[in-house]
Amino acid sequence: MMIQEGPSPLVRVLAGLPLLAAVPSCAPDDGTLTAAVEAGEELPGGETTHEFFVGSNAFALPAANATDAHEGEFFSGNSFFNAPWVTAPSSTSSRDGLGPLFNASSCAACHFKDGRGAPPESEDEIPVGLLLRVSRVSASGDHLGADPTYGGQIQPFAIPGVMPEARPRISYATVDDAYPDGSPLTLRTPSLTLDELAYGPLAADVQLSSRTAPVMIGLGLLETIPAERIDALADPTDADGDGISGVAAWQTDEQGEPALGRFGWKAEQPTVAAQSAGAFRGDIGITSSARPDEDCTAAQQACADAPSGGTPEIDDDILERVVTYASLLAVPARRAPEDPRVLRGKLLFREAGCAHCHVPSHTTGDEHPTGEPALVELRGQLIWPYTDLLLHDMGQDLADGQAVGAASGREWRTPPLWGIGLIPSVNGHQYLLHDGRARGVAEAIAWHGGEAEASRDAFLTMDAEDREALIAFVNSL
Amino acid sequence: MRRFPRFHPRRSTAAHRAIRAWRTTRVGIVGIVGIVGASVAGCGAGSSEPDAPSLEDTKAQALTTYAAIVRANYADSRSGAVDLRDACDALVASPSQATLDDARAAWLAAREPYLQTEVFRFYDGPIDAADSGPEGLMNAWPLDEVYIDYVEGAPDAGIINDPTVTIDAETLVALNEMGGEKNIATGYHAVEFLLWGQDTSPDGPGDRPFTDYRTDGSGTAANQDRRGEYLGVTADLLVEHHDYLVAAWAAETAEDYANVFFSGSHDETLTRVFTGMYLLSGFETGGERLQPAFDFGDQEDEHSCFSDNTHRDFIQDLRGVQNVYVGRYVRLDGTVVEGTGLMDVLAAVDAELAEELDARIATSLTLAEAIIPPFDQEILQENMAGRQRLYDLIVSLRDQADLLEQAFLALDLQIPNTEPW
Repeated sequence: MMIQEGPSPLVRVLAGLPLLAAVPSCAPDDGTLTAAVEAGEELPGGETTHEFFVGSNAFALPAANATDAHEGEFFSGNSFFNAPWVTAPSSTSSRDGLGPLFNASSCAACHFKDGRGAPPESEDEIPVGLLLRVSRVSASGDHLGADPTYGGQIQPFAIPGVMPEARPRISYATVDDAYPDGSPLTLRTPSLTLDELAYGPLAADVQLSSRTAPVMIGLGLLETIPAERIDALADPTDADGDGISGVAAWQTDEQGEPALGRFGWKAEQPTVAAQSAGAFRGDIGITSSARPDEDCTAAQQACADAPSGGTPEIDDDILERVVTYASLLAVPARRAPEDPRVLRGKLLFREAGCAHCHVPSHTTGDEHPTGEPALVELRGQLIWPYTDLLLHDMGQDLADGQAVGAASGREWRTPPLWGIGLIPSVNGHQYLLHDGRARGVAEAIAWHGGEAEASRDAFLTMDAEDREALIAFVNSL
Repeated sequence: MRRFPRFHPRRSTAAHRAIRAWRTTRVGIVGIVGIVGASVAGCGAGSSEPDAPSLEDTKAQALTTYAAIVRANYADSRSGAVDLRDACDALVASPSQATLDDARAAWLAAREPYLQTEVFRFYDGPIDAADSGPEGLMNAWPLDEVYIDYVEGAPDAGIINDPTVTIDAETLVALNEMGGEKNIATGYHAVEFLLWGQDTSPDGPGDRPFTDYRTDGSGTAANQDRRGEYLGVTADLLVEHHDYLVAAWAAETAEDYANVFFSGSHDETLTRVFTGMYLLSGFETGGERLQPAFDFGDQEDEHSCFSDNTHRDFIQDLRGVQNVYVGRYVRLDGTVVEGTGLMDVLAAVDAELAEELDARIATSLTLAEAIIPPFDQEILQENMAGRQRLYDLIVSLRDQADLLEQAFLALDLQIPNTEPW
């Protein structure tokens, strides 16, 4: 073939001779300045990155460097992640024990194709990709814990013989706003109600908060970022005066040891295993040795009396496979990191300060947070998740009032951005933020407040072309 | 142990890198040609053999064969579903061991063509498009038995034993979905459960008595009439869903999927076809279905657990992969649909890889045929020989998936992602 002479453009870029950053960086920005392509950024998951964009299955593949043994475990876990759980007793005895109360009958129902859950399209649809958390909050803002009758989460489904807790309804008020340059910007604010409360009224002081199911890719890599790295990024008192005060979500785990929260919208879970056991129990009603009790309150006798699918319902070895699965779901390769518009957006992203919290890259360590060796595929990888895993005050408009773990009612964990541009391919939507209120990247940025206010304003005041470039960059991740 | 150089993780990444660099270079050169002037374009076009069909022609022919196989296969599967419905109706009209046996035989026969159609899944085609695909109503697993009928220890369980629920198609379709999954009320496995009952036997299939359908007062279990209605409605729904699939592939109107299928570039369409083969081989059959059964050795962790027919699932799924690869499908009546296959397309760019994949698919099929039924005995921890047979099949399917990955690369196929919103 005739194309072997000379280094490829990619090689030249990697060698520090970017094709597109020819303009000296001291020149005034006339809209043509771009960032350079950085070594390794086209493979955001390092050697785990996969490059097969099998359409809607782009988030479903195992790490490209998975060993045979781990690939086998991955597929076992995949089976229990995807296939629905059924009511006990059943012929398929390792897959029974659904409920009695549940949000979904499988992990994949919410994390559809390992992607992102969507809020319901109409008020009449019972949400599946999204759930409602309930907590009591005093007039002075103190967190008082779960509702005594319904617990901390509303389950809108139940097995035969048990009443579903309630029917959540989500409606939106839309507000027509505009960018400073006059371009229209329409935002929608969700409001949550609970109908058909089956077990009596909620406590008077509860606040509802909805949470969508996040994308599943790259979780094992996030778990393997050394805690010291996250700590080094934290700045709880804003000592550097940049207006951003990231808080590392340190907490005490069940063994009484300090553990850094990394997963969940409020960084309340320190490990993929803890997050998975919590979701099995709270969302599907599947008990595990880590979470042996069903989510039934004292007011829910039929729930407590329902047949069990075993003690526990998911065996330890099966849960381990699901954890391996979740840890090895591969991050897809960037599609066009060298595209000029994407590189322009990359520059603007950094200039606007987005990268202060959406920290582009980290290098994973060799250990799992428990101190055990990490899965071999995940060790020492240069990764590009665009998160600091810290908690940030995101302002009153996004506040849900719920203090969880180390997070206050105004704080959220910076979500990773990798794969965000493939959500439409996988899930047919791009509803973003914790409750899916934002319809795409622009609206999501517009909702940023609190510590992110300056970055948001920088975005809003860009000209339309630059806003598009920044969005193109985010969607290229 | 890795079996192919391409499968080694580090080499795999290196191979990907090389290909990515190659692609980038090619784009760069096209760009330069575009700027400098296109006068040299076409210089290399004379290198192909004058008599050989062009690669694009071969692709077009292979896709035409593929669509012909899809149509013939769905038509056969529909005919199996019609026979099954008729046999179920006969059982309900006149319950006896003979009519029950006939209905079971019809179910087993209906599975043979249907399973071969599973290779038409996984690319958002008519069978499993996100909103409209009937797959979840036809073949979802595992079945929520308690939701449908009595089980051991729960004689009053299920829709059948709840006279407040009307049994008709609309209701069962509505009841099929709960908690975001569609696995509970309809489809082949619901019919299977109604014909065989729970499989509680250590070494045989389920053993539902035909008297479960006897309505003259001498029947077993309660609500025999409702059970009969349920069986009739679910079997009828299977036919209805086949009607939908046959129509979608008919190419009679612009909206029919067959026209959508051919509306993109050959490469876009080929990518769909190869995605179906790739995901059914490695991900679904070797991975999701075989691996956990092998891993945990749980007796009923198998797809056709009531009838103990799971071994046929593997065989016919893999035969479906072979059909589309070689471009040859043998119909129920023995006639053959054949033409240029996907193998011919692959051979045009990499003859060795095409042969290797052909041999691998044949080996996988042979290994699947070597499984000694019932599958639930093959997976047991104490059955060393059975587990070895399953392991060999799993390994072969992984290799098959790897070779299909290489086919994607050799043909430079990539599913186009939708534009960012």
